[in-house]
Amino acid sequence: MLCVKGGSIYDPLNGKAGAVGDIYVSDGKIVPPAPGARVIDATGLVVMPGGVDIHSHIAGPKVNVGRVICPEHSRSEPVARTSVTRSGVGSVIPSTFVTGYRYARMGYTYVTEAAAPPLEARHVHEELSDIPIVDKGALILMGNNHFVLSLIREGDFERLKDYAAFLIKASGGYGIKAVNPGGGANWRKRGNVGSLDDETREYRVTPREIIDALIEVNEALGLPHALHLHCNNLGQPTSGETALETMALAKGRRLHITHMQFSAYKPTKGRPFASSAKALAEYVNRNPNITMDVGQVVFGPAVTMTADAPLQYSLHTLTKERWVNKEIEMETQSGIVPLTYRKRTYVGAIQWIAGLELFLMIENPWQISLTTDHPNGGPFTAYPWVIRLLMDRSYREEVAETVNKRALGSSELPKLTREYTLEEIAIITRAGPARTLGLANKGHLGIGADADIAIYRPNSDFEVMFQAAAYVLKGGEVVVREGEVVSETFGKTYIPALPERRDVTPWLSPVFSKFYSVAFENYAVEKEKYMPCEVV
Amino acid sequence: MKTFENIVCSFCGSLCDDIVLEVEDNAISKVRGGCAISRRRFLGPIDREVPRIDGQEAGFDEALDIAVEILAKARHPLIYGLSSTSSEAQAAAVKLGETLGASVDSTSSVCHGPGTVAKQLVGLPTCTLGEVKNRADVVVFWGCNPVEAHPRHFSRYSVQAKGLHIEEGRRNRKVIVADVRRTATARTADIFLQVAPNEDFQVLTALRAVIGGAELEGEAFGGISRDEIRTTCNILQNAEYGGFFFGMGLTMTQGTHYNVRQALSLVRDLNEKTAFAVIPMRGHGNVAGAETVLAWQTGYPFGINFSRGYPRYNPGEFTVTDLLSRREVDAALIVASDPGATLPARAASFLSEIPTIVIDPNYSATAKLARVFLPSAPVGVAASGTGYRMDQVPLPLRKVIDSKYPSDHDILLAIDKGVTECSASKEVLSMIL
Repeated sequence: MLCVKGGSIYDPLNGKAGAVGDIYVSDGKIVPPAPGARVIDATGLVVMPGGVDIHSHIAGPKVNVGRVICPEHSRSEPVARTSVTRSGVGSVIPSTFVTGYRYARMGYTYVTEAAAPPLEARHVHEELSDIPIVDKGALILMGNNHFVLSLIREGDFERLKDYAAFLIKASGGYGIKAVNPGGGANWRKRGNVGSLDDETREYRVTPREIIDALIEVNEALGLPHALHLHCNNLGQPTSGETALETMALAKGRRLHITHMQFSAYKPTKGRPFASSAKALAEYVNRNPNITMDVGQVVFGPAVTMTADAPLQYSLHTLTKERWVNKEIEMETQSGIVPLTYRKRTYVGAIQWIAGLELFLMIENPWQISLTTDHPNGGPFTAYPWVIRLLMDRSYREEVAETVNKRALGSSELPKLTREYTLEEIAIITRAGPARTLGLANKGHLGIGADADIAIYRPNSDFEVMFQAAAYVLKGGEVVVREGEVVSETFGKTYIPALPERRDVTPWLSPVFSKFYSVAFENYAVEKEKYMPCEVV
Repeated sequence: MKTFENIVCSFCGSLCDDIVLEVEDNAISKVRGGCAISRRRFLGPIDREVPRIDGQEAGFDEALDIAVEILAKARHPLIYGLSSTSSEAQAAAVKLGETLGASVDSTSSVCHGPGTVAKQLVGLPTCTLGEVKNRADVVVFWGCNPVEAHPRHFSRYSVQAKGLHIEEGRRNRKVIVADVRRTATARTADIFLQVAPNEDFQVLTALRAVIGGAELEGEAFGGISRDEIRTTCNILQNAEYGGFFFGMGLTMTQGTHYNVRQALSLVRDLNEKTAFAVIPMRGHGNVAGAETVLAWQTGYPFGINFSRGYPRYNPGEFTVTDLLSRREVDAALIVASDPGATLPARAASFLSEIPTIVIDPNYSATAKLARVFLPSAPVGVAASGTGYRMDQVPLPLRKVIDSKYPSDHDILLAIDKGVTECSASKEVLSMIL
């Protein structure tokens, strides 16, 4: 048994905002106080639940191709092995081992892989298994899947629920992800959709119908997390309007809008776009059914990678950078384009500003999670910098002074004086995302919770404070000490408890072999590929 | 007798996964659904070989100990091959490479490595094979000969395959083949471009120019007439969905990655007009996996060196042919490949001058010149794991019979353990001294 003694505890779910106290740990869980525990002296330190990342691209085919095509990033940051850790590379897309170490050193203990194609889910799990320390879950792409769109077209929602449950199970997934629904289907003929009511060419269904159906399916299956949606028209001047319409179609049902910053633009005269964060924030403030994560842009190199293939092609035509595109039969597509965000450019500055405006204008921190849409908006290792921007107004203003003047002048940011408190940071980086993901044992330090604990040394520079935890406990074991990984453990894969649904084999198997290039029997990922797993 | 269905055949990069195997008395007695390569390989004997030290029969553990000793002593060992084994074994090889401070390279560096370098320059518009089957009405084969090297590629994925929007298979497709000789694949083509040897770059450049709207000056380009170039471009840009496969005829001929860069750029340019995808026609069963596993563990796809405790990547420096022909390594561990038979003579012969260890189910040409030979259980037959198809789709390779030898994966882990213990004792010794 361990006792984390005398720290200032920030455990928002249990109403603790800095109260000094002790946390007892045994068998990987938080337990009631008992005598005889080994003590970790946390006097003067800040104690929080382990961080929970709701959206990050850390494993799988497109992440890895991003690594392959950008050796220039990897070369800038080699990571040597130590007596306990493996070697690798850091920088924009760290190698798998380094991904785990870097999350852990920031005090993060759970990460969601944001986009897994079922046909290549085995690959996603092989990489996830090589990410040490953190627990993980994978969201399964369904928004442009042939069978999903066909069943919506046919109006067969019962079969759609069967199929969605099958896909989650076969992929070892945690939840449902949709990316530019309908747009990907049209990308097969190098088209896209321009609004929620644009029909897809081959399936004659609209994004509105797909999103509505997937929300319905998600709720009917009782999944722990809401539908995780990358909106249509993302990155376009029309994105803000589309995001508002999309949120409205949830009609009170749970919906998670991911990396909202990339959907927070509106048209403006003479410039590519302006920030529409205010309108989106106001909508979120009025509608508690909506949760979102930000996708904050970080200045410097990034690699954009998304199932929104048409978006990536337009980015490529704009920048002439390397372009990777991949169609995955029957299911989805993706695009990869390296990109650098520059503070002096109007667009780079607007994107940075829009993210901060969302952070500062969305009132209820339980609705908002901190992400950079790693590595799209920048690497996850920039979270401590983002925290500093949120907590330290004078630092934020100092940085704002250095960005494109015209962008700053047109924005709300200079007027926003809010500073996040430590309690609010604890919400947007752990308690909130854990609740939004439906992870009952994560994101808090109540009795029975997982003993995933991050202990930080207070510092007036919050970036320094959060980039290297004094201690991190994962499952009750000390894995990080003074920002160094001292023990390499491997976490679990999280999967949802699925309701009993009808077997899809009788109708799916015959058509499957006609349209897929693999046998139906080889499609599902063997469970040992994602063991140990935890069902929630 | 036991029947195994939907078995993945890992004897070429197509990873056909519809093979039926019948097993009797721990031997595969019948192969249904496979091609000639598949039948020959599945039906081939296993466990025929014995462990060897200097060509002489030895005990497995004894041979393993010598292997550990060689590698622990080496100052700059090379781990090479990895293309015909599981991704799990590939990961174990990376771990060992890190422990040893070795150079780690896969057969990519002598087959599709230039394609990967080209990808690092321009990207890669690609798709999975099912997409070609479902949609491609134009299929291009450049410098590859699937009829002989990937015998079921046509019927399962590309030329004859029927799919979602290609209901009649071959009749719905135009097939273009570019090669320096009239191969078996070329004989099936609607258009055959007989490229002058080493002039692929010229032909691809002419095609790009026409697709880009330029008027060609000159009568012929790399052996292809202006009219043929124009006709080909018409077909390419009028495709509903195009699939472009390239092989070593492009990657390993004069120009190497410049050739592939031009091919990838051509396909990228075609995407301004229609949908087009390009897939490297990978040869070995899991050579795609080697690139994939190395990349997720180290950040880099091949040509890696760990001598500084972290991975460095430099094709031309840490790639097999260069390391061997410059005589820069002092030991070699060859896993699931046969460089003795495939590398240039100068590089291959150096393997017999340094202590070489071979892990392979077969007593290969390389094994014959090795100091230590460790036979292993063939993956996809007597060992399980994951294989990555040429389009990066991962498939389960299954064990259907038992081997008396461990898998590549287990042998590599055992060597890693041995070397780690060896160096731990060395450290203790140096502390005492």
